[in-house]
Parts: sequence; C-alpha cells; structure tokens
Amino acid sequence: MSDVFERVKTIIVDRLSVDGAKVTPEATFKEDLGADSLDVVELIMELEDEFDMEISDEDAEKITTVGDVVNYISSHQ
Amino acid sequence: MIRSPAQLPGLSVIYRGGEAVQKRVVVTGLGAVTPVGSTVESFWQNLLAGKSGIGLIDRFDVSEYPVRIAGQVKGFQAEDYIEKKEIRRFDMYAQFAVGAAVQALRQSGLQITEENAARVGVYIGSGIGGLQTMLENYNVLRDRGPKRVSPFLVPMMMINSASGQISIMFGAKGPNLAPVSACATGTHAVGDAYKIIARGAADAMICGGAEATICDLALAGFANMKALSTRNDSPEQASRPFDAHRDGFVMGEGAGVLVLESLESAKARGAKILAEVVGYGMSADAHHITAPDPVGFGASLAMQAALDDAGLRPEDVDYINAHGTSTDLNDKLETIAVKATFGEYAYKLSMSSIKSMTGHLLGAAGGVEAVASVMTILTGMIPPTMNYETPDPECDLDYVPNKAREQAVDTVMSNSFGFGGHNASIIIRRFMEN
Repeated sequence: MSDVFERVKTIIVDRLSVDGAKVTPEATFKEDLGADSLDVVELIMELEDEFDMEISDEDAEKITTVGDVVNYISSHQ
Repeated sequence: MIRSPAQLPGLSVIYRGGEAVQKRVVVTGLGAVTPVGSTVESFWQNLLAGKSGIGLIDRFDVSEYPVRIAGQVKGFQAEDYIEKKEIRRFDMYAQFAVGAAVQALRQSGLQITEENAARVGVYIGSGIGGLQTMLENYNVLRDRGPKRVSPFLVPMMMINSASGQISIMFGAKGPNLAPVSACATGTHAVGDAYKIIARGAADAMICGGAEATICDLALAGFANMKALSTRNDSPEQASRPFDAHRDGFVMGEGAGVLVLESLESAKARGAKILAEVVGYGMSADAHHITAPDPVGFGASLAMQAALDDAGLRPEDVDYINAHGTSTDLNDKLETIAVKATFGEYAYKLSMSSIKSMTGHLLGAAGGVEAVASVMTILTGMIPPTMNYETPDPECDLDYVPNKAREQAVDTVMSNSFGFGGHNASIIIRRFMEN
C-alpha cells in the first residue's frame, strides 16, 4: 500500500508539477492539486502504464482523490 | 441587380458602410523569437551585423535527407515565459508565440484589466500549427494504440491554440482568431488586427505569427517539392535572396508579435509609440497552389491595395522589407511585381530580405518582418540581404547587398506571399502627430 502511494505520488508530482507535501491521500485532483479534466485523463494513462493495468472509464470517473487511486490500484493488482 | 448589404432586410442595423469609424493605429510593443536571436535586441543586432542563424539540423537524424540545414531557434527558454507545469501543454510553435507575445506586452506596458479586457484581442496565426505534437502522437497511436494518444493532442495541434492560450494567460477577451495563409500568415495577422482596431472593434491587439515545423515530415515534404536549398555544405550561404545562384529557401522557425493599439488608447495611457500602421492590402494569385503568378500580378495587386489604403504614392515608400525567399520564382516575380507597382521609382528604393539570415519562418515570417520594419524606422538602419554575390539580370533592384545601410526611413512596405497564392502587404510609418 505505502509502496503504491509513493509510486503514485512520484507520478503526480512529475505530471502536475506540485509540491510533494500536497500529495496526501485526502487531496482531490481538481481542487487541491489543480488538475483539469484532461490532466486527470493523462494521469490515469500514466498510472495504467506504471502499474501495468487497465482502469476502465467507468472506474476512472469515480476517482476524485489520491487515496481513491491508491485504493483502486491496491485492490486490483 | 446586386443589392448592397444595407439593402438586405435585417442587415441594415449592423452594416455601417461608409460611416464606419477609422481610427489611427500605432505599434506599442514588439516581440521576436528567431534563429538569430530570441529577443528583439539580439535579433536586430544580429541582422545588422549580417549574422546567419542557419546551420545543420541537430534535432533529428538528417543523414537520409537531401536537405540537412535549417534556421533553428537557439537559446529560447520556454520557462522564462510559461509556468513550468504548463510548458508540456504547449506545442513548440505556441511556446514561441507566447515568448514573443510576452516580450511585446512587456514593452507596451499594456495592462489587461477587467475594464479593458473586452477591448483587447489576440490574432496570432501559423502556417501549420502544432505539427510536432501531431507527429509524436501519431507515433504513439501506431506503436501503442489509440488508448495512449494524449488528451492534449487536439488542443496542442490546432492552429488557434496560440491565440487561445495567450488570451487565457492575459485575460484578453476581445476579437480572437488565428489567420492561416501559409507563408503570408504573419502579415495577414498584423494587417487584419490593424483593421480591427481601425474600425473600432478593439482598442489593442496582440498580433503576429508563429511556426515550429523543423521536423522530419515537414522537411521531407518541403524538400520533395524542390522548394529548399540543398547547399548543405555551406549553411550560412544557403539563403541568398535575389542572387543569381539561389537554389531555394531554408526552413526557419520562431515567432514575431506586435502590440497594436488605437492612437487614443496609446496616448491615454502615455505609452511610447514606436510606429504607425497605415496601410494593408491583400489579394490572391488565382493561378497555382504553389507557383507564383508568372507576371506577378497578384503580388502587385496587394502592394497597390496597401498603397491605396494608406493614401500614399509609390514615391512615399523608402524601403521594402521583401518576402525574398531565395527561391528562383519568388525573387524574380517579387521583383517584377515591385516594378509593376512602383514603376521607375522601384530602382530608387531600398529593398532587402532578412530571410538571408533567419531563413524562412513560414507563418511567422510576416510577424518577424513587421518587427524588423519597425526597428528599421526606429534605428535608421536597413538590414542587408546577405549572400548577394552574383547579380541576376532578372533581379535588378537595390537589394542592400551584404552590409546594413544607414538611411533615414519613414515608410516601410513589408510583403508576404504564401502557398495557395495568398499575397499580403502592409505599410508601417514613422509616427507623426499629423
């Protein structure tokens, strides 16, 4: 779990150019991390590559926080 | 019987015909990102020094290409102008556009506020737009499938992305468009923006052209048209407008942007006025998609229309900043068209092509050359046509060969002609109160 979080965090920091301290499980992509809808689509693609998995569009739409992503990845690996 | 728009039902309200306002339009800011310098100062100094920005292409492997040279922008730092997080969202052409726009806005001192936002517009065109982004994503599509194509592909490749992004960066809510006319784009952008202000539809316009197409696909395409110089062994001598041994143009890239403003607006805020835009003409060759009209009639029409628009006689023009691409046909036909427009006086005026140093910036050329035109007036120096060694009997005007010329210049015509047969000429004058 913590390993997943760290890997997700690294990608978010790189892609969204945000301070690592802001990337907490509670942080929302749109409000807290300043991502727009296109940023989120791109981020999902990166995560699919990183974790070698597919996140369906339906599931992706439910993701709003960093914690959502980490939980999703952890439970689908 | 043909009815005027005013006679058509429902249109009389918006059609103002001859009663339209006509405001004076001045230049208050300049910005340039070019192969000879990424600021107006360095661009201008290098042009006057006759320095070439053309060299071997080092961004991709060109060993299989018949053409291996171009004018690449060097030393441009996008992070000087765009937030780091955002840079990846801008195609290189839009990065150049933003760089030049920021420079021009800084010089103008124009502040875009809630009060004036609707009166400030953006009109930055490109010949081709975000081609490199498109190619990168095509490679992703081919290699990894449709699910990996970037959601930013479309907003980055579209030709209007620079105009849109710049309006967002500065909150400019006035008229906004990206004109497209291949190598005439930049001049059309400045000319159209001038007219938008002149007719009272905006108080200020951020206008010009941007291009970044030095990549494998475009190089191959232009090379296979036989449009490019193949002088790979001497890149700095490859672009030689009007010289008898010219063998094609050299691809360049960059952006040239001006802040145009109504005289009233510039005066009201105490802005430094750099020059005035006084004339604009455009036309089509209606002849061939790439070859110019064999008698130069279309180009001559645009120059005459610009003179008429300005209410000037040919003798009032001191200097022509030529399209001068270094192709056999362009330089010959531009010379013929200048002679047709200016008559005997054509032999007395100075005419030079900065493409001899920058290469051909395609859709950005007219923007960068408008900047050079203003600088000519401000500094009293005409940039040379470099590499002019062997006179061509068909090109017999004064091309300011090989050395910058000190000459007081009040009135400049800048020409641009594009594939498609588009012709555009603008006239820029020293600002005088009356």
